[in-house]
Amino acid sequence: MLTVESLKKSYDDTTKRSSKRPSDTGTRVYAVGGVDFEVQAGELFTLLGPSGCGKTTTLRAVAGLERPTEGRVTLGGTVLFDSEHGINVHANQRGLGMVFQSYAIWPHLSVFKNVSFPLEVMPRAKRPGRKEIQERVEHALDVTELGAYSSRPATKLSGGQQQRLALARALVTRPELMLLDEPLSNLDAKLRETMRFELKRLQRELNLTAIYVTHDQAEALVMSSRIAVMNKGRVEQIGKPREIYTKPATRFVAEFIGTSNFMEAKVVSVSGSEVRVDTAQGRLVARGVEAAPAVGDTVLISIRPECVDLSRERRGDVPNEWAGTVLTRAFMGDVVDHIVGVGDLEIHNRSNPNLSIAPGTEVYFSVDPDKVILVPLD
Amino acid sequence: MSLTSTTTATRDDGPASRPGPEHRFRRKGPVHRLLRLIRRPLSLQGLLVGATVIVVGYLALVPLGYLIHDTFLSADGSGVSLDAFARAYGGDSHAGEMMLNSLWFAIGSAALALLLGTVLAYVQVRTDTPFKGLFFAASLVPLIVPGILYTTAWIFLADPSTGLLNSLLFTPLFGSSPLNIYSIWGMIWVQGLHLAPVAFLLMVAAFRAMDPSLEESAAMSGAGRLTVLRRITMPLLRPAMISSALLMFIQSLESFEVPGLLGLQNGIYVFTSRIYFVLRSYPIDYGAAGAYAIGLLVIAVIGVLLSSWLQRSSRNYQTVGGKAFRPRPVELGRARAFVGAGVILYFLVTVILPVGVLVYASLLKYYAAPTRETLGRLTLDNYRAVFTQPFALTALKNSLVLGVGAATVVMLLASIVAWVVLRTKAPGRRILDLLAFTPIVIPGLVLGLALAFVYLRMPLPVYGTLLILLISYCTRYLPYGMRYASSAMAQMSPELEESAAVSGASWFQTFRRVLLPLMSGGILAGWVYILIVSFRELSSTILLYSPGKEVLSVLIWEQFENGQFTTLAALGVCMVTLLVLLVAIAYRLGARFGLQSDSAN
Repeated sequence: MLTVESLKKSYDDTTKRSSKRPSDTGTRVYAVGGVDFEVQAGELFTLLGPSGCGKTTTLRAVAGLERPTEGRVTLGGTVLFDSEHGINVHANQRGLGMVFQSYAIWPHLSVFKNVSFPLEVMPRAKRPGRKEIQERVEHALDVTELGAYSSRPATKLSGGQQQRLALARALVTRPELMLLDEPLSNLDAKLRETMRFELKRLQRELNLTAIYVTHDQAEALVMSSRIAVMNKGRVEQIGKPREIYTKPATRFVAEFIGTSNFMEAKVVSVSGSEVRVDTAQGRLVARGVEAAPAVGDTVLISIRPECVDLSRERRGDVPNEWAGTVLTRAFMGDVVDHIVGVGDLEIHNRSNPNLSIAPGTEVYFSVDPDKVILVPLD
Repeated sequence: MSLTSTTTATRDDGPASRPGPEHRFRRKGPVHRLLRLIRRPLSLQGLLVGATVIVVGYLALVPLGYLIHDTFLSADGSGVSLDAFARAYGGDSHAGEMMLNSLWFAIGSAALALLLGTVLAYVQVRTDTPFKGLFFAASLVPLIVPGILYTTAWIFLADPSTGLLNSLLFTPLFGSSPLNIYSIWGMIWVQGLHLAPVAFLLMVAAFRAMDPSLEESAAMSGAGRLTVLRRITMPLLRPAMISSALLMFIQSLESFEVPGLLGLQNGIYVFTSRIYFVLRSYPIDYGAAGAYAIGLLVIAVIGVLLSSWLQRSSRNYQTVGGKAFRPRPVELGRARAFVGAGVILYFLVTVILPVGVLVYASLLKYYAAPTRETLGRLTLDNYRAVFTQPFALTALKNSLVLGVGAATVVMLLASIVAWVVLRTKAPGRRILDLLAFTPIVIPGLVLGLALAFVYLRMPLPVYGTLLILLISYCTRYLPYGMRYASSAMAQMSPELEESAAVSGASWFQTFRRVLLPLMSGGILAGWVYILIVSFRELSSTILLYSPGKEVLSVLIWEQFENGQFTTLAALGVCMVTLLVLLVAIAYRLGARFGLQSDSAN
């Protein structure tokens, strides 16, 4: 539904934007250096990345709040921005809904007036009548469970309520596309988790199409239909949450999402999707490798801590079984972590808290070949 | 019992002073606490604080007391009477006209300054306009070009017969000379332009404190630029605009330079020029002058109270979100060139033209429009006159002595007061704070008159010396000094002092070796600021100086009254140069006047 093609945004080098971590190209500094993606109807599409990766700039370019240097943005059949043809539809003509990181609740208006504003400023021909405005605002407030606060001043709401108010205001015009700029980052941890599910539920029930910007990987994994992981103004990988987690395409994605054990390895043999590699500590088998490397290539191995099977005894009949010594143990309630030393390598393991092995104990661990991830070295 | 009584009990020195049950009840009163404070062993700290309280109270209250006393008591000593008010406001005094003029002048100037300041602030903060540096250069004008010089410069530019704009621009182009600076419009124009930078700085602060996403979210809701401006931006800025409008209003009301130079010519009186006029005519009617002064004071106090009340009640707008906002300037696109041209035009009209015409006039024997003839006769004679005649050097010396003296005394007093107010639990510290801020509502001319009342009566050899000017400057600038000192003090954690005390330092050692060095940045900035503003002080000086004891600003005033415009210009150029130098030094020392809001009077 929304297509973004080779979107670029650069700033003059003279204006120092320390908050951006730009890829340097001559005298121009790129905050966004060529981003392509497509958002399908009904999807919650997330732009995920560390601060300064260009995700917010990308979102604001879609919103029309920032004028990109190059590229093309199309919504449905309408071109919103096209640098080649000099098309740039103004933000207030794009008909999008947006929730800002600071909520941007107007403090001089009541809750009701905040939500009715987008309807009241519609062009006269399209503007709904007084009664319809009333109904639509009330509906939007009901959906966000703010119905009881309608006549309050907007400043008298709690953080979570303000967040929902911002959402109600963005929803009330029933926009084709919603833009959400880190909407949960100002809430405390408990509330944030509740609101994740709340937002997800609303998005499904109202069948919203949304672009969601966040730097919180857990939030992205929970909420998204698809995620675009961004770094230094570029998209590193686009995929479903499970794909992003289990099959990271680059080292950055593997490092940014969750934690991982990394080691360099040399490819010894390739047969179909099964790849055998040699690491400094021993041999590993990886299965289900999609883009198989050539024999002799150096690759990066990534193994998630929860994919490391720890046991006191040697089992012998499982592949990828190594011996090591427990160095540290950390109990965290729902899980327990062990750090296992193999030579000078430290393997991070996460298991069920039933397992508890004292430091200094000799142990064995194995990794399912399907869980051994090959990442191209960059 | 209440919390107060527990704290008093713990602070008591020993069991001997512990009160019986029937005393306990009375002990809660502030009078008792004050008594207890006095009963404490006299320490250096106590003495210093006590002396400060007395000095501040003396500076702030005594002149007002004399002013009220001398105005309300009839001349023959027969008790309270309102005769003075009857003479000042009644009958054929034309007081109604004078008050209307005052209001019209103050409202007009405030409106002009606010309009210019708000537009400029929006352009500076919210757009990608070119020449952003020029804004802050222009915002220094009131600091560097004193009101009296700014007004004179505009006389050179817009005098109906000799003004350059009339003779060079309007007469050749339109065949008439429409500009008449000696009118209420001329007064509003000059005062408004001179105040606009102050409004600009206040509004810059307001724009910066406002989350840009409040406007962006309106745009995302489908509102056009004008709708956003009308329904979001303006309502959110209204509190800031109202309080700066009031500040501009009060400052214009108190202004003496502009109505004095421009209004007296055609008999357009406002409060300040009326007081001056009364005191310059014979026989001097001190009572009537006092009555005018009290009228002005009352209006100023109402304004200040209203403004602080409005500021307090409007604070809730700015606390929403409370995050640091990343500036996202609006891209002007095609309008950028026009806006840039506007900025240049503003800079040209408010800075280049007035300063340029001063320099030009300073090089002439007699003021005339530039023709080939006059340009051929440019001369440095005026500068020679300024530098060779003793009166100018004496005035410079007097100004310097007064500036340095006032700055030193004020900053010393202010740091002690700030310490007492912010760091101790001394009873009555709020009153001390209030006292130190009181002079801000006293117009310069009113203070001058009040001090004249005090020292004409007192048998102390103060009247007619530089000391009376020093007292006046110290009083006037104490609130400004307080602002610098308390912000410097507030930035410092009390633990720094506590750790010094724990390390065994006495109070005085702590003050001298920990507090003063840490506050020195802010105090130095305040010191230079007061030095600079005392150079421009005219409105209280004009009533208190005596011949032979002139300061620079008075000298300029005298030159104006004698019609020596070109010498005045030369003197003015020297003064501006000196002030530029001082401001540059202040910047070197890290003072940030650009963010200071109170830079004009």
